[in-house]
Amino acid sequence: MTEETQKKSPLKRFMPLIIFGLLVALLWYGLGLNPRLVPSPLIGKPAPEFELPLLNASGKFSHEDLKGDITLLNVFASWCFACRQEHQAITQLSRKGFRVIGFNYKDKAADATAWLRQFGNPYQVVAQDLDGRVGIDWGVYGAPETFVIDHNGIVRDKRIGPVDQEYISEKLMPLVQQIRSEQS
Amino acid sequence: MRVIMFLVMALLLTPVFAAPVVTYEFASEEQEALFNKLSNELRCLVCQNQAISDSNADLAKDLRDEIYGMLQQGNSEEEIVEFMVARYGDFVLYNPPLKPMTWLLWFGPAFALLAGFFFVVRIINKQKKSAVTEMSGEEIERLKSLQSEAKAMIKTEGKEDK
Repeated sequence: MTEETQKKSPLKRFMPLIIFGLLVALLWYGLGLNPRLVPSPLIGKPAPEFELPLLNASGKFSHEDLKGDITLLNVFASWCFACRQEHQAITQLSRKGFRVIGFNYKDKAADATAWLRQFGNPYQVVAQDLDGRVGIDWGVYGAPETFVIDHNGIVRDKRIGPVDQEYISEKLMPLVQQIRSEQS
Repeated sequence: MRVIMFLVMALLLTPVFAAPVVTYEFASEEQEALFNKLSNELRCLVCQNQAISDSNADLAKDLRDEIYGMLQQGNSEEEIVEFMVARYGDFVLYNPPLKPMTWLLWFGPAFALLAGFFFVVRIINKQKKSAVTEMSGEEIERLKSLQSEAKAMIKTEGKEDK
């Protein structure tokens, strides 16, 4: 019997080490996950119904207006510091020809206007959600957040936190390409 | 100076347990109980380790208002939970539903315990076995011959009894 324990297959002998290694890998992966990124249940579903007044313009903006083209719905507010951080990237996307709609979340019209005057207005129109009620329907829990909505009005992605170059090149552009190929 | 420093430090250490003041008025006690149950079971997304009942975050307040409004309109508990999950996902539930995605969450600990138990039993068995077999070849031979002698004796005794 003592001989048998020495004859243990190498796999068996290293089993504890392998299990330990797997556990380390799992925990390491878990450490890398950001608990603040709550996946949106809206992805793959039609945009929630809403109708909001426009900032500094007459008329309304509703879920129907999202259809027809790929839309980036950018949740921003004048009180949101990270919105300034992503402002350049949003402006760049707007200049590239994307339809970028502002979703002014829990803000005041005067503050939002001043903010846009100071930093520049990249939005085609800005919908005002002053009390955040429509934001709840969209599952907004902070700003900035950006929804990618396809030409059929289906929510395709949600970016939580500032849009940056990494997101644009690695997620947004491939997704836009995919949507365009579905379209044709 | 020291005393002042001490007081300032002590003040800094004082935890702020300012629970939001509830100013809702309910039609019935059941409704109030349901409101408290729901706002304790739903997680605040801004400050993730708080329920929306005890969070001071702006969004938590909005969601409390939303629950209150829905209760006033006569929505059931299920409808309100569904409303929240449709918008924020299973993440808002402190009590996540049982489904393939959450099997590991629900059964993982029990499975780990069982696996641990299994290995402990196996190790103990192995040790028992090796304890018994730590005998030299001669001893084993002797044991075997004794065993066969005993067997033979039992057999012959049994026959004699008949």
